[in-house]
Amino acid sequence: MKRSSWQGLDTAARTVTPTLLLVALVLMGQLPYSLSGHASVTPYFVLMGVFYWGLHRPDLLPAVVVFLVGLIQDALEGEPFGVNAFVLIAVYWLVVSQQRHFGGRPFLVVWAGFAAAALIADILRWILVSLVLGAPLAPWAIMLEYFMTVMFYPVLTVAFALAHKTLPRGESGEFVD
Amino acid sequence: MPFRHSAQRSTFALLLLLAAGIMFIGKADPTVYERTRMVVTDVATPILDTFSHPVAAGGEFIADLKLLYAAHDENRALREENDRLRRWRAVAEGLESENARLRGMLNLAPDAPARFITGRVIGDSGGAFLRSVLVNIGTRDGVRKGVAAVDGSGLLGRIAEVGDRSSRILLVSDLNSRIPVLVGESRERAILAGDNSDQPKLAYLPAEISIAPGDLVITSGHGGAFPAGLPVGIVVRPDDSEELRVQPFHSTRRLEFVRLMDFGLTGVLQDRDLGPADR
Repeated sequence: MKRSSWQGLDTAARTVTPTLLLVALVLMGQLPYSLSGHASVTPYFVLMGVFYWGLHRPDLLPAVVVFLVGLIQDALEGEPFGVNAFVLIAVYWLVVSQQRHFGGRPFLVVWAGFAAAALIADILRWILVSLVLGAPLAPWAIMLEYFMTVMFYPVLTVAFALAHKTLPRGESGEFVD
Repeated sequence: MPFRHSAQRSTFALLLLLAAGIMFIGKADPTVYERTRMVVTDVATPILDTFSHPVAAGGEFIADLKLLYAAHDENRALREENDRLRRWRAVAEGLESENARLRGMLNLAPDAPARFITGRVIGDSGGAFLRSVLVNIGTRDGVRKGVAAVDGSGLLGRIAEVGDRSSRILLVSDLNSRIPVLVGESRERAILAGDNSDQPKLAYLPAEISIAPGDLVITSGHGGAFPAGLPVGIVVRPDDSEELRVQPFHSTRRLEFVRLMDFGLTGVLQDRDLGPADR
């Protein structure tokens, strides 16, 4: 089938959507949301993107992109360089390898899967940051961050699903809900 | 398919190793990636700067709603506080003139005048793993590494990394923050040590301490990086603990604008911590 160059361009633009979304999520996680009197704890937004696209369209999200996005997150957040790259790649690997177990399952199952992945991610992140800094971090704020990350996932999923609908069909083996 | 899967597996394994290597090098020398970090931050600054405005406006709106709700009680409390402050002002004015007279008698050299640079907070790391904020000013605005950052009520932290148009403030509550302070009327020396909680610890207190909750904590200026006498917070003793901690003056406020105070001091940070671009 021959496609016009416009169609090709359109497809290319849609194909980079997951990548652009991940970068947007990193930036979203950096904005100062602090309200008076509250310590600011921001959900791990970029993890939600990595989980969603790993589950639905890993063909549009190369592992190298996830790695680079992790490094950008490290740079902006001031975390030890490499920590988020490691955590995101680990989660991405996990999700891609478990992808077939989630095909066609109800959202609650997917959400539970995300809660498990986020738990692994936060424990990993906690261990790595503590190791590099040479002192164990206080866990309370991280637990709050974990809780917020899990709670925000359904909201972000709606946004991802909207973007997902505009994307060209994937190869065989990917499921689209 | 099996070939594709094994190729995929080795890509993942390779990237994990690479990330581990990057962390390892960073642990050996934490300054290696500083330039890279600040280049990324500089690139993101215009975007964060743009989007931090509506975020700040939203936060203010919610804060306003809360204030409206509590306006009546707040008003009464403020009127009482105002009366109290007016009495304090009279006392302060008296002390200021006395101070000036005594300084004159002693021929005491005045402190070097401070230079202020004001910046907007455009990024907040989120607080769970690190306590730092990004501001939209950098070397081109005259920011240098190590200078003190304050808001209207007290010390926030110090500049840890400087980019061209952005810089990172390490807050006093961060795990890596160590600031020499003086405590109470006896001016006991101590180190204010952050541990990622909202209330940093007081470390290296002398054996016989005469410090009680409610005492004022100010910067001591020891080590030379900070000016002396900046208000930091007050001593508190959390319930269920023997340990003394400090409630910073800044933490109950919304952080939108910060002032960087450049006293021309570089102190202990000068040689080891300054990157080539800062020198």
